[in-house]
This record gives sequence, C-alpha cells and structure tokens, in this order.
Amino acid sequence: MRDIAIVSFVQSDCVRDAGALNEVELIMPVIRKVLDNVGIQSAQDVDFTCSGSCDYLQGAAFAFVLGVDALGAVPPIKESHVEMDAAWALYEAVLKIRMGQADSALLYGFGKSSPGELPIVLSQQLDPYYLSPLWLDTVSSAALQARALLDSGKATEADMAEVVARSRKNAKSNPHAQLKGDVSVDELLAEPTYLSPLRKHDCCPISDGASAMIIATVEKAKEWGKPYAVLKGIDHRIESHHFGARDLTRSVSTEIAAKAAGVADGPVEVAEIYAPFSHQEIILKKALGLGDDTVINPSGGVLAGNQMMASGLSRVGEVANRIIKGEIKRGVAHATSGHALQQNLVAVLEGA
Amino acid sequence: MAELAAVVGIGQTKYQTKHKTVSIAGLVRDAALKALQDAELTWDDIDAVIVGKAPDMFEGMIMPELYLTDALGCNGKPMLRVHTAGSVGGSTAIVAASYVQSGMFKRILTVTYEKQSESNAMWALSNAQPFSVHLNAGAGGFFAPIIREYMRRTKAPSDAGIKVAVKDRLHGARNPLAHLQLPNITMKEVEESPMLWEPLRFLESCPSSDGACAMVIANEELAAQSPKKPAWIRGAAMRSEPTMYAGREEVSPQAGIDCAKDVYAQAGISNPRKDLDCAEVYVPFSWYEPMWLENLGFAEKGEGWKLTLEGATSLDDKGDIPWNCSGGVLCSNPIGASGMIRFAEAARQVRGDAGNHQVDGAKLALGHAYGGGAQFYAMWVVGSEKA
Repeated sequence: MRDIAIVSFVQSDCVRDAGALNEVELIMPVIRKVLDNVGIQSAQDVDFTCSGSCDYLQGAAFAFVLGVDALGAVPPIKESHVEMDAAWALYEAVLKIRMGQADSALLYGFGKSSPGELPIVLSQQLDPYYLSPLWLDTVSSAALQARALLDSGKATEADMAEVVARSRKNAKSNPHAQLKGDVSVDELLAEPTYLSPLRKHDCCPISDGASAMIIATVEKAKEWGKPYAVLKGIDHRIESHHFGARDLTRSVSTEIAAKAAGVADGPVEVAEIYAPFSHQEIILKKALGLGDDTVINPSGGVLAGNQMMASGLSRVGEVANRIIKGEIKRGVAHATSGHALQQNLVAVLEGA
Repeated sequence: MAELAAVVGIGQTKYQTKHKTVSIAGLVRDAALKALQDAELTWDDIDAVIVGKAPDMFEGMIMPELYLTDALGCNGKPMLRVHTAGSVGGSTAIVAASYVQSGMFKRILTVTYEKQSESNAMWALSNAQPFSVHLNAGAGGFFAPIIREYMRRTKAPSDAGIKVAVKDRLHGARNPLAHLQLPNITMKEVEESPMLWEPLRFLESCPSSDGACAMVIANEELAAQSPKKPAWIRGAAMRSEPTMYAGREEVSPQAGIDCAKDVYAQAGISNPRKDLDCAEVYVPFSWYEPMWLENLGFAEKGEGWKLTLEGATSLDDKGDIPWNCSGGVLCSNPIGASGMIRFAEAARQVRGDAGNHQVDGAKLALGHAYGGGAQFYAMWVVGSEKA
C-alpha cells in the first residue's frame, strides 16, 4: 500500500468571534499559506481536494459550496466534501491516493461557530424522535459522561483539573491558542461547577477558524523537495448513538481504531487528542493505550481552542509539524465527532 | 493500480411523497436490508458504511449518520458521511467504491436517502445569508434562465422539454418503485400544466420524494463469488467548479465536460452514444436532457434536442441510447439519494436486473449526478464484464 506523506499544515488563530469575516475569508489565508509552504500555486496543482464543514454552523444549506470559491476552482478540480470534521476529509483523500487516483491532495476544515449557540445547535445531532426534542446539548451529555467516569472511580475532579492546567500551560507556546496561562489545580477546583460535575474550564472554548493540509505520495513529496511526516496508519470507528447502550467511561470505538491504526507498534512520543471536555482526555488516553511517557496535547489541545470541523485535522497537523521540525519521531493524533465521543479517528505518524 | 470493485447488491425503497409509517432510520434500514438480501449477505459481512444525503436542513438534523449508525449495523465499524450538494448520491457511491478500490476494505455498504416530508426543502434552500445575494428562487428559478439561454442558442422548439417530461414518465410507469406513476401522460397534458418558471411547467419538474437507495460494493474476489451478476465499476470521476465566475459557461459547464472525459477515458469509451447501451442521467427539469446530451458528448453542440425529439433516448420509441429507463429524477427525487439511484439503476441494467425497464442486453451504462448551481459532478460507468 502506498505510504502517504503529510507535507504541510496550517491553521488560523482560534478566536472567539471572527466578526465580519465570512467562511471564505476564514479559509483563504490558510489555503494560501499551505500552498506556499509546498511551493505550489493553486488547487489545480494537487490532484484532489476535500473539505469538512457543517451547514448548521453557518445556518445555510450547502455552506461548503462557498469553499469552492475560496479555492478558485477554475479550471474545474476533483473535489469532494464530508459533513464531518476535516480529519475524515483526510481519510477520504488517503483512499483516493491509495487507489491510485491521486498523488496529492489539499484538505481543509472550517467553522464559524460564533453566530449561534453552539451547544444548543449541536443538540440537533441527536436522535430526532427521542433525544433531540429534549434539547440535550453537548455540554450536558458530556456532563453525564463525566459523572459516570467519576462514579466509576476511574478519575477524580482533581485529575480533570490537572488536564486543564496542563492544557493552559502547554498553550502558552502555541500562537494560535485562545486560552492559555499558568493556573494551578487548586485554583481550578475552587471554581464553581457549571453543569455538574463540569466546571467552565473543563469545557473547550468556542472558536472560529480554519485549517488546511497538503498530503502526497512519498515520491511526490520528494519531488517537491519538502520535508514531510509519514502517515503510517489511520482508522476510524463509530459506536452506538444511544448513551444507555454504551459504557460511557470507555471509548470502545477509539480502542478499535487505535488497534487498526497500529498505535502500539512503537513508542508514542506525542499524542494530540481531540478531547473537548477534560474528562474525555482521561478516557481517550486509556483507549489509545498511552502511558505516562507520552506527552499529551503539547499544543494545549482543543481545551485551548476548538475550531469546529477543523480541530480533528489540526490534531493530525500538530503532530505532523512536530515530526517535520524534527522534534519527535513518532506520534499519534485523534479526532472525535458526535456527543460523548460517539465517533473517533486515530492516526499514527512517523518521521520519514 | 486501483483494485477492481463491483456492485453486488442493490436495495431501494418505494419513492413517494411521504413515508408516513417509518422513521428516518427505518427508511434507510429498509433500503440497506434490501441491498443485503439482493447480495445474499448479512450485516456481519459488511466492513464499513458510507452514508450520503443532501443538506442536513432538509430534515432538520445535524450529521444524521451519527443517529443512523445503529439502524445500519455500523457499531464498531467505520462510518463516513459525504455531502456534495445534489450530486451527493453519486459522490457517495464513488467514495464508497474507493474504500474497496484502495484495497483497504473488502466489502462495504453505502446508503443515501432523503425524507423530504420531514421538513421543507424550499425553505432550507432559501435562507438569507449575510454578505450574499439572496436568490430565494429555489432550484427551478435558478435553472430556468440557463435553460432559456440554451433555447436561444440552439433554437430548439419548445416541445423538446415536453417530450422529455412525457418520455421519462412513460419510463417511470414501467418501474414500480418510481414515485410518479403517469402511464397515460400526454404532450398536451404537460403543455397545459401550470407554468412555474418560464419555460418550465409543473409537469416538466421533478417531484419531492421520500426514499432511500443502498448498494453493497465488493472487491474482485468477493464479487466473483456473489450469487447474482456483479456490475463492475469501470470508471468513476468527480469535478467541481464555482457557482459563479466571470466567463462561466453555465449552459454546458466545463466541470461536466471534464468529468465525462475522465470517466470515458477510464472505461475506454470513445463514442458515448455508440459505446454505451444506456444512461441514467440527473435530469430534474425536462430541458436538462438535451443540455446534458451535449455536455456529455452524446450529441454535437446545439443538437441535443434533436436526439430527444427523434426518440433516440426513449425505450418506447426503441431509441438507440435510452436515457433514464427507470423514470429518472423527473419521476422520483429523494434529493440525497437521487444521484445514487442513477448509479444503482445503471448497475441494474448491466446486471440484467432492471425488470420491465430493462434495456435488452445492456453491457455498459453511465450513471450521472450533478448538484449546486450545475457545478458539482459525479459519474461512473459500470459494465457486465470486468474490462
């Protein structure tokens, strides 16, 4: 099977409200930069383009169509779109390259969550007959999961606060982060609960922004003459939609994906985990089979800034950039979708 | 380099205005189960599920695949959701095939649907957007001026559109799954139906349907063992261009021309009218048949309407290149599934399994879908033989 090189990754700053910038204006700068990094001019210089976005964030059917404007798709391009995080757009492009229909691909994800009330908007992801009429929002379902985790004795509130403190600290070195700083576990635990047992800081912020990536066959990356990280394994799995039918303290779909992607085939120096809520990092760390020698979310993760529909791709990009810079040799990236970690993707990246 | 893949199972629901007695999950499961039965398989035989549908606002659910995973036997498996506007049914089939063609999976299930009766597509398509021109015209209003430009350029007589409306409904009357059943439709009846968007009349427009379409796609080894004849995927292509740009050719968009060239090259087709036995082409408004006949290279520029009027595309007129034998989008339009229905009906033809709308001895067929402002294209060619 053809090895795949991640050649370039760019993300915009995570901001709470991008103001008057529309989606095209969020996408265009990251597309420009990611193309410049590779030394190519336009979307016509790659064989395939795929994006991830969500109509409901924009409040319009066919929101992604505007993305094609941002690409300047004249002459026409080979292009596709997933109504998912762009990490799954990466997956679609991997299939295209592996089947030999493309040697290179441009991927991007974007979301402008600020105009709506994101947790309420996402309540409409649930079963339309039994769950969504209850307007159960994403923070509430995460709180149910956190409570189950605490009750199981697998984690404490202090463990959750530790995740947040580390995220804020790591984010200090991430120029794109929205929330950063030095804060102690004790200070965090002194905060009031928001939706018990979650405190506000246990929840990711709401961010506007976009990210983009260019991948290629290893041969093509060499032709471009750019350093790259190798995508050694990638897999994604989903599990039941019904909370009551799942053990919320585990992420079974992540466990299966981690095995299929080959996480355990070597040491994991860094893991970028898409955990929008602090307790989920604890669940996912276990599901990925990571030990204490793995540095988790050196970027601060999504607790430092969560660009909907782009954050998953950005986790892969964060690991890729560290490999490209020579900081690490092997890392793992994770993306999630849906309430309480229903759907998960795992990627394993290595140096060339 | 791509692994060979083939359609080994097809399942469709009945297409109708409202499926009142099933949930959305029930609707997609019905199509999926029929596809599994057609392939004589069970849920355990499926490695991944690829779902497609048109905008989430059509039913008012965000990423409905998350909720559909239980109904589609997908727990613990990969699930992907494609959305590429009206072409999505075709794009989904192509993405689903790539799971197998990449060599990463052996056999997958792909399902597309729309349950338009749950909401209002015209509303969903007409939301005002900040910083954008508000068209508020729906699909018919968007395409009517483009059709008028086609008529101006080609001097096509106004009954070419009427002929398509009648022809596809007569085809649909042969297909028990088709939504509109109008076996006695006449040219006069179409002509006298209300004018909606000049020159498109009510009966020249597609209906709004509920329905789902599913396919099982398998690799070469498993397809060879399948109980019914496989439809081998001989080529697949997608193209996109922006909705508007200076100098855009809207009557015969470049993306459609490029996409057709690509898929024909993969399938070894030099003369589509001669080499193909039939085609299922996305024609939601009557005049898009002559327009696509030209865009897809079945007719010379300006001559598409002549093929239509000569009956070349009609099964009843014993035309040499029947288009939309199933009745097409003009008979059934569950938007998210409409593209996949074209792809699946092309496969039914080369499997020799198209019932009363079968083209005798069909060996090579085209499935086509388009979407957005006629800017997104997905096409595949399927054959009764591997090459």
